[in-house]
Amino acid sequence: MAATQEEIVKGLAEIVNEIAGIPVEDVQLDKSFTDDLDVDSLSMVEVVVAAEERFDVKIPDEDVKNLKTVGDATDYILKHQA
Amino acid sequence: MSPTNRTVVVTGIGATTPLGGDAASTWEALIAGTSGVKPLEQEWAAEQAVRIAAPIAVEPTEVIPRPQARKLDRSAQFALIAAQEAWKDAGFTDKAGEDSSVDPDRLGAVIASGIGGVTTLLDQYDVLREKGVRRVSPHTVPMLMPNGPSANVGLLVGARAGVHTPVSACASGAEAIGYAIEMIRTGRADVVVAGGTEAAIHPLPIAAFGNMMAMSKNNENPQGASRPYDVARDGFVLGEGAGVVVLESAEHAAKRGARVYAEAVGQGVSADSHDIVQPEPEGRGISHALQNLLDNTDLDPAEIVHVNAHATSTPAGDIAELKALRKVFGDDADHMAVSATKSMTGHLLGGAGGVESVAVVLALYHRVAPPTINVENIDPEAEANADVVRGEARKLPVEGRIAALNDSFGFGGHNVVLAFRTV
Repeated sequence: MAATQEEIVKGLAEIVNEIAGIPVEDVQLDKSFTDDLDVDSLSMVEVVVAAEERFDVKIPDEDVKNLKTVGDATDYILKHQA
Repeated sequence: MSPTNRTVVVTGIGATTPLGGDAASTWEALIAGTSGVKPLEQEWAAEQAVRIAAPIAVEPTEVIPRPQARKLDRSAQFALIAAQEAWKDAGFTDKAGEDSSVDPDRLGAVIASGIGGVTTLLDQYDVLREKGVRRVSPHTVPMLMPNGPSANVGLLVGARAGVHTPVSACASGAEAIGYAIEMIRTGRADVVVAGGTEAAIHPLPIAAFGNMMAMSKNNENPQGASRPYDVARDGFVLGEGAGVVVLESAEHAAKRGARVYAEAVGQGVSADSHDIVQPEPEGRGISHALQNLLDNTDLDPAEIVHVNAHATSTPAGDIAELKALRKVFGDDADHMAVSATKSMTGHLLGGAGGVESVAVVLALYHRVAPPTINVENIDPEAEANADVVRGEARKLPVEGRIAALNDSFGFGGHNVVLAFRTV
């Protein structure tokens, strides 16, 4: 069953918490992974791989650079999840 | 022009070892003659011939926040903890530049390890096989590269004069400190954070060293297993941890009013060119290193009162070193209190030169030599060549200038001797 926007944000918040140690409540749609959430370029790869597994979605490397904010990632997952 | 023969001093020390989470607790345990060796309780240990080691006393994840720790190999975690302690101990309050007492362009870092990020490499290979290509951590390369600990310490303190990683197996930590002394002596840097780290308690290194017949298999008596100079010694016990010193030009230290523990007099270096792993039995390469130390510095053998020996508890190596000390120093060897602190810490491989330099600096500062534990029946060849400090710590001369050596030798035939002296 496809995840809702709310479920995706919650899932991304847990992933970002695990990887960067940012409190889950700080992970909001308008937040930038690199500027606001302390996710560097290598850690972003970890976020993407964890999100792929969690939401059963493929995020090709060439699309990762477009995922600047939590909102970008949420929209991408909503649109592409199996 | 930069001066090319400047005096170098030690102004900060830090360590995390099998005996304690910092330099002070490590020193206290060394002086008390405490063994850090324990049975290996991990599931993988059951099938190993060697089932003992000297693990770190304080897990690094108790000190470093998890998001940072998961991007660092265990060897880099140890190095950062020891470097942070040494940096603060030297009186610096922030990274170079932000703390205006040190110029980042004049600050270096030289941290070495013998094996590098071996646990990261092996753990990620397990991930690759079990979970596939996509799950291999993108942090793997900066974690496993041997210069990772040095680069991370360089970032911690803001070092821009140069960040280096000399590798020479179990001499690596000492070679790092020797390199750092030269950076300051020749004018390339004013301050250098230097030392060694190692984290290799993992089934593959244990199996490999075990199959080389290099390690003690005294599984029934872990605390008695590392016994340099004892007739029943049967190999080294693997330890883990890091030791780091802050080295500084005497002039720079005086200018900022820093506490000086000791002078870092210099190094003597050589290579055996004898065998890839066996020590040259007469200690010729070691003698050459000791002679180079005397030729290249103003060190007077009469002032050397203590030697922190390499002595790993192997049958051949322990004696070759003592023969070399006797050959080079003659009767002066009679007044050198020889301590093998690996009897307590185990052998930290590339970390050994770092931790043992911290021990030597503190031995001079407090004027006391740590004991060699577990020497129940001293090897006659050891007794004939050296004055081994057995059982209990021994006071060193309370007055006058005294000096001490830290010996480190590595597979490959690398010999490094460092000399320190009271100020």
